[in-house]
Amino acid sequence: MSATLPETPATSVPAAAPNQLFPFVLQLADTSLILAHRLSEWCGHGPVLEQDLAMANIALDMLGEARSYYQYAAELEGQGRTEDDLAYLRSAVEYRNPLLVEQPNGDFAHTILRQFLFDNFHYHLLRKLKDGPNAQLAAIAEKSVKEAAYHLKWSSEWVIRLGDGTDESRKRLDKAIATLWRFGSELTTPTATETALQEIGVLPDYAALLTEMQAHTEHVFAEATVPLPAPVFAQLGGKTGRHTEHLGYLLSELQYMQRTYPGLTW
Amino acid sequence: METLEKVLTPEEQFQARIDADIRIEPKDWMPDAYRKTLIRQISQHAHSELVGMLPEGNWITRAPSLKRKSILLAKVQDEAGHGLYLYSAAETLGTTRDQMLADLHSGKAKYSSIFNYPTLSWADMGCVGWLVDGAAILNQVPLCRTSYGPYARAMVRVCKEESFHQRQGFEVMQTLCEGAPVQKEMAQEALNRWWWPTLMMFGPKDADSPNTAQSMNWRIKRFTNDELRQKFVDMMVPQAEFLGLTVPDEKVKWNEERQAYDFGEVNWDEFWAVVKGNGLCNHERLQARVDAHEEGAWVREAANAHAAKRAAREAVAA
Ligand SMILES: [Fe+2]
Ligand SMILES: [Fe+2]
Ligand SMILES: [Fe+2]
Repeated sequence: MSATLPETPATSVPAAAPNQLFPFVLQLADTSLILAHRLSEWCGHGPVLEQDLAMANIALDMLGEARSYYQYAAELEGQGRTEDDLAYLRSAVEYRNPLLVEQPNGDFAHTILRQFLFDNFHYHLLRKLKDGPNAQLAAIAEKSVKEAAYHLKWSSEWVIRLGDGTDESRKRLDKAIATLWRFGSELTTPTATETALQEIGVLPDYAALLTEMQAHTEHVFAEATVPLPAPVFAQLGGKTGRHTEHLGYLLSELQYMQRTYPGLTW
Repeated sequence: METLEKVLTPEEQFQARIDADIRIEPKDWMPDAYRKTLIRQISQHAHSELVGMLPEGNWITRAPSLKRKSILLAKVQDEAGHGLYLYSAAETLGTTRDQMLADLHSGKAKYSSIFNYPTLSWADMGCVGWLVDGAAILNQVPLCRTSYGPYARAMVRVCKEESFHQRQGFEVMQTLCEGAPVQKEMAQEALNRWWWPTLMMFGPKDADSPNTAQSMNWRIKRFTNDELRQKFVDMMVPQAEFLGLTVPDEKVKWNEERQAYDFGEVNWDEFWAVVKGNGLCNHERLQARVDAHEEGAWVREAANAHAAKRAAREAVAA
């Protein structure tokens, strides 16, 4: 699929955009940070050394991407806040990540399925953003899309291995699907902010992404010999600050130092 | 030359190559004891990289800034990479990673005792990088010239990254020491806990290290434990002073005549207790590795089963 975005130069983004752009860039930042944090919890405890390395590697990519978004968000806001202020000094209700990425690691099958659902969206979104009209987002996406392509390859291959592996791995993958599938739709369900950005062409239409995502999912699940899960009731809310209970604990760990020793440099 | 070779036994030829600093490669003849000693040494080193991920991994989720989080994660990831190179180097001697891991999990194989100490504050991330990686560098740089080729080559790759590890640790300490009083206290408190255990990283005193002579002869060790410990103290005391920190040893004093620092005696009872498994974290470090391995068994089995199915399908197709 080719980009459906208008060929507008960055300078002609409508003046209303920054108001919508700040919360959206923050949403991208929170999403990458929270998933990086979850993946980093595996560090030293992976099922085999090579996969320990792979998860740390993906976590590092996503952390780097998160930092780029936070720095851009801070610039857009123009209130003197830094990347660390945004990451460490906002409460759970202020966080804008979708519910999927804050879900606990569970076993390796849960981690893989969470990653697959996210990567499938992330990669296809970045492909559009890199050719989009917002120069900063395009630059970040240009760098991240190569990493995201690798992430999607990695998680897709593991869905296939676990689905078409042993009885046990299949059982565990099924359980992960039962737990996590309901969080997948939030990624492509636009919030008011996202709709506004779609209307001015800064964001692609998610319906176009969905077609590509769906095709990839069908391909991977067929290889994995796993029937496509039936649609389930979609859980939404993270992108507007209504989270599951898991996020509070994650943030209390993530923010521990900054909250305990306010205002210091590390 | 030919006549000379004829009168030399294989052992003598082997030693002659070592004395001439010619690398031993996997297919070369080597004495059994050399092979066994190397397997023990390299696998212990690999296990140390693996277990060494845990004390620092303990702070990845609590790192105080995004930049620190990213540096720490990259560092711990490097250690996993070091583990991989080293397991591969040991495998060239005829063992397998499964066997080495089984020996780690059963307690037969050792890893560096330093990782049996807990990481209690953010300053520990400074001390581990600065002191523990610093000690590792002193131990490892000479191994880049060790007699066994695959080990020497693995160490070249490892050492390149270790200097970045030490630098980031020192930088964490420096930031703390230039920060608020509470940060400087945190740095001093961590140094107080890590100083003596890092001195223990060089192993028992030379007098209590009976294998050193043979290892030096084989050039799989190039300095004695006490020599390395002295180098470490000479390197670190000025760095601590630069940071404005005090090394927790009243006996530390520059000795003009020796052109080296005098220092106090390591608590060898503590050293042997931790080596024997009685350090504060021995149990949980080993248990964490055993748990990861056991809980990962189904994943490894699934990957193997899938690879076999795929190979079978491709064989039919071909
Ligand atoms: Fe390293
Ligand atoms: Fe290392
Ligand atoms: Fe290191």
